Amino acid sequence: MTKKGIVLEGAHFMNGDVACAEGAITASCRFFAGYPITPATEIAEHLAKRMPEIGGIYIQMEDEIASMAAVIGASYAGLKAMTATSGPGFSLMQENIGLAVMTEAPCVIVDVMRGGPSTGQPTLPGQQDVMQAKWGSHGDYEIVALAPSSVQEMFDLTIEAFNLSETYRVPTILLVDEVVAHMWEKVVIPPVEKIKIVNRNKPNVPPEKYIPFMPGDDLVPPMACFGEGYGFHATGLTHDEHGYPQTSSSEVQQKLVKRLCDKIRLNADKIIRVEEVMLKDAEVAVVAYGIVARAALSAVRKAREKGIKAGLLRLITLWPFPEKQVSKIAKQSKTIVVPEMNCGQLVREVERSAKETPVVFISKLGEEPHTPMEILEAVRRNS
Amino acid sequence: MTEEMVHPFAKYLREAMMPHIWCPGCGNGIILNCFVQAIDELQTDLDKVVVVSGIGCIGRTAGYVNTNSFHTTHGRPIAFATGVKLANPELEVVIISGDGDLFAIGGNHFIHAARRNIGIKVICANNFNYGMTGGQQGPTTPLEALTTTSPYGNIEHPFNLVHLAAASGATYVARWTALHVRRLTQSIKKLLQKEGFGFIEVVSPCPEIFGRYNKMRTGLEMMEWFKRASMVENFSDPVKAEITPEKIVVGEFVDIEKPSYERLLHEKIAQINEKALKEMSQHAI
Repeated sequence: MTKKGIVLEGAHFMNGDVACAEGAITASCRFFAGYPITPATEIAEHLAKRMPEIGGIYIQMEDEIASMAAVIGASYAGLKAMTATSGPGFSLMQENIGLAVMTEAPCVIVDVMRGGPSTGQPTLPGQQDVMQAKWGSHGDYEIVALAPSSVQEMFDLTIEAFNLSETYRVPTILLVDEVVAHMWEKVVIPPVEKIKIVNRNKPNVPPEKYIPFMPGDDLVPPMACFGEGYGFHATGLTHDEHGYPQTSSSEVQQKLVKRLCDKIRLNADKIIRVEEVMLKDAEVAVVAYGIVARAALSAVRKAREKGIKAGLLRLITLWPFPEKQVSKIAKQSKTIVVPEMNCGQLVREVERSAKETPVVFISKLGEEPHTPMEILEAVRRNS
Repeated sequence: MTEEMVHPFAKYLREAMMPHIWCPGCGNGIILNCFVQAIDELQTDLDKVVVVSGIGCIGRTAGYVNTNSFHTTHGRPIAFATGVKLANPELEVVIISGDGDLFAIGGNHFIHAARRNIGIKVICANNFNYGMTGGQQGPTTPLEALTTTSPYGNIEHPFNLVHLAAASGATYVARWTALHVRRLTQSIKKLLQKEGFGFIEVVSPCPEIFGRYNKMRTGLEMMEWFKRASMVENFSDPVKAEITPEKIVVGEFVDIEKPSYERLLHEKIAQINEKALKEMSQHAI
């Protein structure tokens, strides 16, 4: 099947989960392993139907631990691979997300967040997995996490997630609000030739010269896959450039862990994306992401109508955290307002970057997202 | 001039990973040797072999064999291997791991891979305990055996692994001890040629960690137990395939034909893919 036939070019009316699945297909994802869970199940259902049509693989595993492990296996066998889940499943995946970090397996994990902890509120939105996305697996590492605000972005950012994951050989997480996943909106899928698709760098040396974890200048090692004649070893243990375990060498540990962090930290400017709205002269800046950013945009516009100099910094990339962008607006605004559907997660990062500038947090739990009026009220009070 | 002696199997091992971590008297080296002998006799293309291991003493095998290899998190080699096999069904995916890894923390993955009949091959070194962490009681520890976490005698009933594998749907199931070198090698050859999910349990000596608490201080003493107690009962009822101080039932228990998951999956994909293509070309008209 031609790429044209696979990608559903044109304008569509679809929900966020379906847009995400179509984004994955467009990004050339050909392997999905998952386990049913509300509110991410529609991604699995759509791919169970679509994958065979385009020659891809869908498998329902016995749990989320296995799903994540299978995704890494497929990635090492050369396919672009993803899984989708919600909080409880995301918790189970953390073990092998760490393995993907350590073995530098490109892969995408979609977490459609719901209210937690534990089984929590399966059908209600929450932004309670923001810190888990960054710190959920043990040990020091960096990952990339993106937060779509619309159904169009469910499509666009899924492709972006694959591109980043392939570029940096890092698990990339799409942190989705339940509302965005289930909302129906217009999605425009551009002609395939206009869509940027990135594939992992392959080794350009013969097998006998291939050193599987020797990084290039971008700190990312080119990746051979099983069956391509390179016959190498990979392990979750601390390993040297050859992939061999070095469990008692402080030098190898420092070099490896530092590189795994630095390949993201030092490339942060290339990775991070934010949207800045009316920030130039803003005295009150709202920092928001996901569905909440849409209410925030409405609130900022209403504030401007009332003569309040308000602006919005919408975070598209949550991890690595857009420190520079936040500290820039902190220097010019009197106050920063952070609405989140949790008890205060990303606001800690905002506070850290804002330094002396006061940060006001608006929490929302167990119900619909913030209304524009609620955010407007906070903006007004702090202007 | 003396010619440098090279072991005929040297090409199958990664010299840089030597010396290995295994104790004197351990059965893991024997299992590795039998595996290498089998792929040598079958003339298997090493580029197409993927050896996957989990955590534990035998888990280091993946690093020692000179093939594509991956050393996963604890208990997850089967789940990882499932992704590999589906993504590239031409690869010969072999899991060499331990009883704790495959049947305690990884037990769920084992039964489901067998149920699906995915064409991955599992070789389990059953040494009755968690050797690498210092000899704790595990899912195959015999009743009343002493370990560091069953200091008053184990009261948990052990898994009968061949029964579990057969009941879960494996197309090939066998048990040998590390003493049955030739039979084990032939069995591994058969395993590698089967379609679908296959399983071999190798009862393996662990004198340093398990034997020492159970009146078998040396590898030889453990091997003497295997020699004294082993009874070859091919195609006997796996339910009755016991492992006790008096009797270890070994042999082949299951050898059936069943289409593998990856075959069914890829046949279906080809079918649906073709249909989708046809519909597309009709739309184009």
